Amino acid sequence: MWKFLLPFAAFVALVVLFAFGLNPNRDIHALPSPLIGKPAPAFTLTDVLDPSRPVGNAALNGQVYVLNVWATWCVPCREEHEALLEISRQHVVPIIGLNWKDQRERAKQWLEQLGNPYQAVAFDGDGRTAIEWGVYGAPETYLVDGQGRVIYKYISPMTQQVWDREFLPRIAAARRGGA
Amino acid sequence: MKRPARGKSALMALTLVLAGVMGSLAFAAEQAVDANGQLVDRGLQTRFERITQELRCLVCQNESIADSNADLAVDLRRQVREMLVGGKSDDAIFDFMTDRYGEFVRFNPPLEPKTLLIWGAPFIMLLLGGAIIYRVVRQRARMPLDDEPAAEPKEPV
Repeated sequence: MWKFLLPFAAFVALVVLFAFGLNPNRDIHALPSPLIGKPAPAFTLTDVLDPSRPVGNAALNGQVYVLNVWATWCVPCREEHEALLEISRQHVVPIIGLNWKDQRERAKQWLEQLGNPYQAVAFDGDGRTAIEWGVYGAPETYLVDGQGRVIYKYISPMTQQVWDREFLPRIAAARRGGA
Repeated sequence: MKRPARGKSALMALTLVLAGVMGSLAFAAEQAVDANGQLVDRGLQTRFERITQELRCLVCQNESIADSNADLAVDLRRQVREMLVGGKSDDAIFDFMTDRYGEFVRFNPPLEPKTLLIWGAPFIMLLLGGAIIYRVVRQRARMPLDDEPAAEPKEPV
């Protein structure tokens, strides 16, 4: 009995392991954020476009919003820019930019040339705010609910499909829960 | 003493004090570092090296932040240095990192219910291997011996 059951059990275990491990849709470098469900780290920085204008997330309390981490040195950020512009035109939630370890002038140029999908863009030149958020690459996009909790993190360039599939249902749920 | 001079020197003194305060604030972490970028306090430097060896650089994932030249690793080293100079304990620094980057940031995860499998795996393997060896040995022990032990070993078929 065991002679047949054991190899069969081992086979099933391997199938499960490979189904998970070799799944081509799984990003092996994506890490779950320990921030999910926790309060979003507060920050007060200045606006990329206007150094005299403060940008912080305290003002957004009570609102569902998106924080998008980007930089001009980040090639995939260029790739997602069109999608962000399109999403911002749909006016679902405010999109706040976090310009990570960049140069103000370059960031300004980027927004002027390519268009600005952000309601405000915080300038995090020394990367301290990014550390608070656990950013380890760009682009990264966080979703924060009305209670100021991080409810989702997406690592990779944003697309309309990802937005529709991952963000919209969560935004709707956050609004239902927060109302 | 002339009045104008006194006023001037008071202003000078105030300026100097202010400059001193600003300077000590801005360079508190930098003063603690020598020309080679090492912490002047040897004890802190030893702790700095040990802690940064144990933290994973999340950009390269298989390098520690001590070894990596990635931008993020530079920032995280700065963070560790500042926390050490600020008198934070090793545990506080590790907690700070895991709160933001998750358990994955540690090369040497603490023993907890959820890391039990990682730490237990070698012992489970050892037990499994031991059980297999035990079975095999016992099975062989039960095999009938040759009728005539003195007989010459037979050639395997």
